[in-house]
Amino acid sequence: MVDLSRKFDVLVVGGGNAALCAAISARRTGAEVLVLEGAPKFYRGGNTRHTRNMRCAHDAATDILTGPYTEQEFWEDLQRVTGGETDEELARHMIAESKDVLGWIAEQGVRWQPSLGGTLGLGRTNSFFLGGGRAMLNALYLTAEKLGVDILYDAEVLDLEIDNGMFLSATLKQGDADVTVRAATLVAAAGGFEANIEWLKQYWGDAADNFLIRGTPYNRGSILKMLLDRGVQEVGDPTQCHAVAIDARAPKFDGGIITRHDSVVFGIVVNRHATRFYDEGEDIWPKRYAIWGRLVAAQPDQIAYIIFDASVRNSFMPTLFPPIEAPTIAELAGKFDLDPATLEKTIADFNAAVRPGTFDHTILDDCRTEGLTPPKTHWARKIETPPYYAYPVRPGITFTYLGTRVNRQARMLMKDGKPAANMFAAGEIMAGNVLGKGYAAGIGMTIGSVFGRIAGREAARHARN
Amino acid sequence: MHGTRILEEADRLMTVCNSCRYCEGLCAVFPAMEMRRAFSDGDLNYLANLCHGCGACYTDCQFSPPHEFNVNVPRTLAIARADSYAAYAWPRAFSGLFARNGLAISIIAALSVAAFIFGFAAFNDRRLLFGIHTGPGAFYRLMPHNAMAALFGAAFLYAIMALVMGVRAFWRDIGEPFGLVADPPSLWQAIKDAGQLRYLDGGGVGCVNEDERPSDQRKIYHHLTFYGFGLCFASTTVATLYHYVWAREAPYPWWDLPVVLGTLGGVGLLIGPAGLLAEKWKRDPALVDQARMGMDVAFIVMLFMTSLTGMALLLLRETPAMGALLALHLGVVFALFITMPYGKFVHGIYRFVALVRYARERRMMAGTV
Repeated sequence: MVDLSRKFDVLVVGGGNAALCAAISARRTGAEVLVLEGAPKFYRGGNTRHTRNMRCAHDAATDILTGPYTEQEFWEDLQRVTGGETDEELARHMIAESKDVLGWIAEQGVRWQPSLGGTLGLGRTNSFFLGGGRAMLNALYLTAEKLGVDILYDAEVLDLEIDNGMFLSATLKQGDADVTVRAATLVAAAGGFEANIEWLKQYWGDAADNFLIRGTPYNRGSILKMLLDRGVQEVGDPTQCHAVAIDARAPKFDGGIITRHDSVVFGIVVNRHATRFYDEGEDIWPKRYAIWGRLVAAQPDQIAYIIFDASVRNSFMPTLFPPIEAPTIAELAGKFDLDPATLEKTIADFNAAVRPGTFDHTILDDCRTEGLTPPKTHWARKIETPPYYAYPVRPGITFTYLGTRVNRQARMLMKDGKPAANMFAAGEIMAGNVLGKGYAAGIGMTIGSVFGRIAGREAARHARN
Repeated sequence: MHGTRILEEADRLMTVCNSCRYCEGLCAVFPAMEMRRAFSDGDLNYLANLCHGCGACYTDCQFSPPHEFNVNVPRTLAIARADSYAAYAWPRAFSGLFARNGLAISIIAALSVAAFIFGFAAFNDRRLLFGIHTGPGAFYRLMPHNAMAALFGAAFLYAIMALVMGVRAFWRDIGEPFGLVADPPSLWQAIKDAGQLRYLDGGGVGCVNEDERPSDQRKIYHHLTFYGFGLCFASTTVATLYHYVWAREAPYPWWDLPVVLGTLGGVGLLIGPAGLLAEKWKRDPALVDQARMGMDVAFIVMLFMTSLTGMALLLLRETPAMGALLALHLGVVFALFITMPYGKFVHGIYRFVALVRYARERRMMAGTV
């Protein structure tokens, strides 16, 4: 049993990558550390459970990385995906630190492997966790336990006592009772609010009822809300979240990576009215993968259908849910309550507009439509080989951008711009500082590990002084 | 549609896993899965036998129970694997021996031991049986060497024959009738992979057994068992050569090769199975094919008893207990031989064949075959 009556040096709220990196680095700096994970043990780790790689800068190829990825190139990538919505000083600091983190994470027991099958585009930039995100978490937890970090599960924090930027204590649930625990410093690493449908509804209205959440139901953003309510400065657009198109048959929560669809370029996408609404051939992976969640969210009833034919059935990775199959377009429409005549016309119009070209899904090829609105500007090929197939898709919410503002020490900044006395933040809860919008594969884990490590170290130093 | 419900479940899991692929660095099963989009019964039986049951994918999986996707690859493949042993058994009439294998092996072992004791008693008078025998040929005063060699030779040949027929059925089921012998590099690769238990290590950190802490215990105990068995087998082989080539009769002095090999092997075959049994006892029930516990335990106990009776014979061979111990040891070894094709022993054979095929598939993917 953990003795909660004593005062800890560092209290870490959260249980994912950022939280564990903070706990380990604080412990290694000599602090007494308590980790409060709100989820039960199986669901520990929040979104980290579903991750698989981390983007770190490195100057040369390694055993698992196919070539160098310089700090400058990383910075340029970050600028591009965020459209400049990033804090340059923090971002460059993070990128510089990421070089060291590649080795540091391995020292904490996490094992790397070359990029996974089907993700060759990331082989140079991203380091993959052997066994995936849960394996990574298991390794971090084992290391933390060995070092003597105290860890509680099912330990939802109900309240934070904060006086003028000074953390005093946290109240948490322990069984049926509420317990108050004191600590010299706080590291908030409790993620965003993507699983809080009511909160999402503030910005998205009833449409949010049709969103599927890719991670655990425990990412409710309650810590984020407490901090913002108690004077911490916010960062990031509260209305925005990262969403991809995932199978409509996926569970409401925690479907993870296997429910996604990346077959958009091989067919067309129609909405509930059986009409197309966006250029399916606009851009190459992974950008095309990242925009479709938001596009579907804007359609009636937040649903859409990826439609393709037998000629491309085996052109993409196998999917968890099989595509719905029918011998004719009209019968396919009937399986989804789409109007058969409209769908037939949509596909006939599309087929008529397809110009001949040489198909190559790895580049922006010359297969396109002409005289069609919206156009399909690449990879356009006729849909004419029965049987026909469709995947129903909905927006799958990955994470939210709203967070707490921090400085280079991962110390939270208060609304007046002054650094908080003893409060630090790491991971998704402060990701908006460097990732104001957009996404680059593996960057969430970089933010978590880099700022987690910094936050733990700084918190421990503060506690000991 | 698949032949059994467990193969249906294996198919469902491989579909889940094939759309995830996070585990592809852990062992051979997942890379082999990635080479396919659909899975026949034979494919699933191949993957089931390729799985070493290290448990890492269960602990690493974000979708293992209590998650609603309920992904439990080690247990599902363990059940499918044990089913496949029965399906490939030769002759088919004996496949029922796998149904209650622990009981079947126990009865056969008991009968075998009883038969040797009865035989020794029937063919020898009491004075001989409980007398003290030393010097070359001591054992053969109780059972003539030629009778012993003929009996055990026949049992051994029968076991080999039945195993070969089983392998043939497996090889056909997984759809590669000629590859096994036609591809020496794949064979060599499989020998190395099997010899090191390359895939019984969770991708490098060790097996997962009772909790999420990986360890090398099972691998170490299995090595002790396997190489212990190998040394005991080598001991018997050397002794046979001594007998027929150099006309040197057992028992041999303690420093002689058959005794040294047999003693080293025997020690391994005591510690290894005992350790494996202890690990099995501690194993997380979620990973275990509970219905086949008897089969696993029976085989482990048979190996342990083989060594225990052999060591006892070595220690007490110059006492009046030798006769009874010799009957006991021969009874256990005879039962071990004749039940080899109908018990857990076959796991090594089919897994090796699966490794050959995997090596071959890897080479084909790389374009070297």
